[in-house]
This record gives sequence, C-alpha cells and structure tokens, in this order.
Amino acid sequence: MAKVVVITSGKGGVGKTTTSAAFAAGLALRGHKTVVIDFDVGLRNLDLIMGCERRVVFDFINVINGDANLNQALIKDKRNDNLYIFPTSQTRDKDALKRDGVDRVLEELKQQFDYIICDSPAGIEHGAISALYFADAAIIVTNPEVSSVRDSDRIIGILASRSRRAERSEPPVELNLLVTRYDPARVSKGEMLTVEDVLEILSIPLLGVIPESESVLRASNTGTPVSFDEDSPAGRAYLDAVARFLGEQREMRFVQPERRGFFKVLFGRA
Amino acid sequence: MAGNLVQGALFTVMVVRAGMLRDPEFQDELAQQIERSPRFFQNAPVVLDLKGAEAFASADEFVRAKELLGQYALALVGVQNALPAQVEAAAEAGLASFAPNATNPSRRQAPAPEPQPTAAPPEQRAARTSARLITEPVRSGTQIYARGTDLIVTAPVSTGAELVADGNIHVYGPLRGRALAGASGDAGARIFCSRLEAELVSIAGRYLVSEQLPAEQRGFPVEIALVDEQLTITRN
Repeated sequence: MAKVVVITSGKGGVGKTTTSAAFAAGLALRGHKTVVIDFDVGLRNLDLIMGCERRVVFDFINVINGDANLNQALIKDKRNDNLYIFPTSQTRDKDALKRDGVDRVLEELKQQFDYIICDSPAGIEHGAISALYFADAAIIVTNPEVSSVRDSDRIIGILASRSRRAERSEPPVELNLLVTRYDPARVSKGEMLTVEDVLEILSIPLLGVIPESESVLRASNTGTPVSFDEDSPAGRAYLDAVARFLGEQREMRFVQPERRGFFKVLFGRA
Repeated sequence: MAGNLVQGALFTVMVVRAGMLRDPEFQDELAQQIERSPRFFQNAPVVLDLKGAEAFASADEFVRAKELLGQYALALVGVQNALPAQVEAAAEAGLASFAPNATNPSRRQAPAPEPQPTAAPPEQRAARTSARLITEPVRSGTQIYARGTDLIVTAPVSTGAELVADGNIHVYGPLRGRALAGASGDAGARIFCSRLEAELVSIAGRYLVSEQLPAEQRGFPVEIALVDEQLTITRN
C-alpha cells in the first residue's frame, strides 16, 4: 500500500526541500519506487535541488487541471530508476491546489509508487494545508532554535486537527521529528538547543539528526540530493533517517562535537 | 503595567428581547428612545436575549438582527439564553454567547471568553457537567475552552496554546502556554500544574505574565489561587 509522506515545518528555510529531495532519494536507493512532489506552487525549487530544472514541461497544476496526464509531467531521475520528480508551476499560486484535484492525482500516483513525498511550502495557509491534508505520515523538519520549534509545534497541532485522517477520525498521521542544521559545537557552547530540548517540547519520535554541513549547500548548487553523497556526514545522516523510517534500528550519529585531532588543535581553527 | 491582555471587567449592556425585533412598533419606539438620549445609545453594546425565540436559528438571522440594530448605531455583541444550536449560529455571525443572567445576577455582565464552537461541543443541560478531559499534547495555537466546568489536561501544554475554563484547570505535565481559570468570574477557581513554565496565568480576570511569576516557583508543581484579590502561587 502506497504511503503519502509530508515534509513540513511551519517555518521557512529550515530545510524542507533539501529533506524532501534527500529522503526521496534515500528511499529510492533502498529500492522503493518513490515520487517527490513540489507543493510550493509559485516558488518552485525542488526541480533545482533535484537537478532536473531543464526537463520540466508539464507540472502538478497542469495535471490537477487536466491539461496534461501524469506520465507527461513526471520526470524520471537520471541517477536512480526508482526516483521520480513531480515539479510544480512557477507561474500560478497556491489557490490552484484544488483539494479534489490533489486527491485525484495522489490516488493515481498510489497506483504506481510505494512512497509519495510531499514537499510542503512554509506557513500554515492553504498551500501547507494542501500538502499535509492527505498525509499518512509526516516528517517535521526543525532547526535547533526556539522559533522553529514553536512553529513545528503549531504544525503538529494542525496535523492532529485538520488532516483528512483527523477529519475522518482515522488513526492519526504518523509523526516523525527530523532535526536539521544541527551543529554540535554550537550546541555545546549553549548557542543552540540540544536535541533533548527539542524532543522535550515537541514530544514526538526522533527520526534523525542532520548535522550542519557544507555538503548540503554544495549538493543544492549542483542539483544532487545530498543522500547521494555518501561521503558527507549530512548524506549519511539522511540515509540513517531513511533506514529508521523503514523500521531499522540505527545509532544516532553526529550529535556529539567532532573530536579535534592533534594537528587540528595545533594548527588552529580548522 | 505591561500587557493588559487579559483582564476581567464588568460592563452594562443593553438587553433586547429577540421577540421584540419582529414587532413593527419596536423600531418606532427604539427611534424615539434614542432621540431622547442620543449620546447614551451611540454605539452602545447590545445583547440579544433568545429566551422563547427558538425561531432564531440561522446565522443569517443574527446577521439581519445585527444590521437592524446597526441602523440605530447599536452594536450587537452577543446573545444570551441561547440553545446550543443557536450558540453555534450566533458564533458564525460573530456573536459571543453570554451566560444567562437569571440565576446569578452578580455575574451577569461578565464578558464571556471568545466562543470557540469547535472546541466546545454543545452539551446537554445535565445535572452536573463533568470536567473536560484532554489527553493529547495541547499544541501551540490551539485554544481549549471548558464551558461551565473544569479542564483537565494529562499532557504537555505548549507555548502559544491557551486553556480557558469556567472552573479549575489541572495540568498533569508542563504548563508552558496560557491558563485562564474562572473565566466567567469564579474567583474560587484554581490552577494546578505539575510544572509551571506558563506564559500567563489568570483567575477570574486577575493575571500574571511569565516575567511576573516568581523565579523560585518556575519548573515546579504549583497551585495557583486568588487570595484577597491577589494571585498566590504555592508549591505543591
């Protein structure tokens, strides 16, 4: 049975699109047929992060409006056969996300895919509600700082009250916390909240901790999901999170400050 | 004083019986009355008494009543003696629901907290209303109102969440949001929580904001009561 997973946060700039790309790629690497949908109508970015921006012909809104069919709009990733990208429109706005249209498209995708990853826009308005409404599971992306945590708390409340599962009194949307841009060194200096602080406030299961890493920016700029980069700590942390999402036990890495080697201490800042 | 956000106050409000609105002579009489003392009636708040007026059932009718009174520069702000369905329809038209005044004259004009139709399901008038019980975390942005009864929460209450009860509030977990007990004026109401980290606590309109809470009580299980008009926090 296909699973609809929303990547959401409330706050902007915390790493939803990066996470959507990395998570979808991670699931594809594990052999699951996965599609990632950009719900950020009018602020299209997912295609850039996935490196397929020059192959977009039709988009999500075209399919919702019946101007194109699904297979015309889906873009197959060149690096992994299990991975598909469903870009959105840059010229329309969120009002184009008609609920029955989204429902129809998701139902159609469920026939072909194991996982449908919905990259939510920021905010708690129509766009974000559209992205989370049909979700079976949610990944709440949070940075270790108070405003991000508070906005995540708000979006968890909305998932519990305004999703289709809530409206139909079905089992609730499965909640997972992903802490991103975590910098253990700054945490130990007290400049960032600890993972424990965030968990204490949000009290939902922790899926993973993604360390702040240059490789994320590099991956974005080159249009590669960071989980394809197995050499980078962030990429490995995403693969761990995907494994936990699939029910495996993995130890939490990258939450302690990196031990500085003798030479690094000697030769300064590193 | 910083942030007079939540404060109780008593107001004199004109009550118009809903039945009168349908009386053709009512408008003439109202016009005459207003002519006699125009300044008294200018933009005065009005509450519509729905006793015996079951016919008022849709939001449209409340909107029409609001417009009719508006023609005389009267502001319809709420309804009283409303049936549960009427409370909902009135809320839809943006009207508050006031507690009926016959039984307790001393509380009649206490402004009711903002009605939240989704949060307060219409209860039947049972002999005793049992407390409202919440077992899931109360997330930021959520408002829960226990109308005419106590509120018990057995999970954390986040910053930015709001608990309102006409009776006592019990939180078995950290209280990080706002808690307003005795919301319709009961000065005997109390707040209990197993960890005080609240943004604001209030009983019967008296309140303390976070920075006024004694530092030595923060993070501890406490009981908050109104003693001699003062909010008093004792550690449990």
